[in-house]
Amino acid sequence: MKIADIIETLDLKLISGAGGLQNEITGCYVSDLLSDVIGNAREGELWITLQTHQNIIAVASLKDLAAIILVRGLTAEEGTIEKSNLENIPVLTTTLDTFSVAGILYQLIKKK
Amino acid sequence: MQFRHKIAGGDFSKAGNAASSVKKVLNQLNVDHSIAKRIVIALYEGEVNVVAHAYSGVVDVQIDEKQIKIIITDKGPGIADIEQAMKEGFSTASQQVREMGFGAGMGLANMQKNSDFMNISSVPGEGTVVELINNVRPYEG
Ligand SMILES: Nc1ncnc2c1ncn2[C@@H]1O[C@H](COP(=O)(O)OP(=O)(O)OP(=O)(O)O)[C@@H](O)[C@H]1O
Ligand SMILES: [Mg+2]
Repeated sequence: MKIADIIETLDLKLISGAGGLQNEITGCYVSDLLSDVIGNAREGELWITLQTHQNIIAVASLKDLAAIILVRGLTAEEGTIEKSNLENIPVLTTTLDTFSVAGILYQLIKKK
Repeated sequence: MQFRHKIAGGDFSKAGNAASSVKKVLNQLNVDHSIAKRIVIALYEGEVNVVAHAYSGVVDVQIDEKQIKIIITDKGPGIADIEQAMKEGFSTASQQVREMGFGAGMGLANMQKNSDFMNISSVPGEGTVVELINNVRPYEG
């Protein structure tokens, strides 16, 4: 499953990092604590968060995450967009809340 | 090979710059990705700690064919009780830092997990020195 495959189902809008759209998704991690993501997220996972500052790209890049989904229509900060394009880590936003995004993703990923 | 990187305390827009430049060098040196990944994660956490908790710092990196050694030296409040600081969940991060998603109290534990050797020494009121060493080759056997 690739990011491109879930855009419609999750009502996602790509903010930046289009270069990473072919990244393979292996799972999902939900957290707003950066060190928790560093400690517990695994390579290839989608990261759902409400943090929008540029350190989320640093963390996603360190952990080789597939992409970042911002919830509740949040937008990324300017520095985040720049870094996301440089590192080819897609940042997407959805109008859904964390519970709904995670729920839908759980169904999609579990089916595989 | 040896190089140095400065860290400005309080400046979260630059947090991670030292880690990402070390990552580039390790890539150029063809260090195995999983080995580079661990040391860069440990460095990132150490760098963020300087930004979040200290006033300024430097990162010294030494790489040879056997190991990568990173020394993070800062001027700052220091750590009075290192054992307590190492406990997962312990944090003195400010409210502002916590709102950015830092301050889970997991950084030092992540550094420990992602290094083969870690040593912290600190003088309260002066600063902290964190030494990290990782082997360049994966353990065999
Ligand atoms: N360089 C430093 N200078 C002064 N105090 C430090 C330094 N590094 C860590 N500490 C102290 O140790 C505590 C624990 O550090 P640790 O990195 O584990 O968690 P944190 O930085 O508070 O949160 P997190 O890393 O999860 O975002 C800090 O809250 C701080 O009190
Ligand atoms: Mg920390």
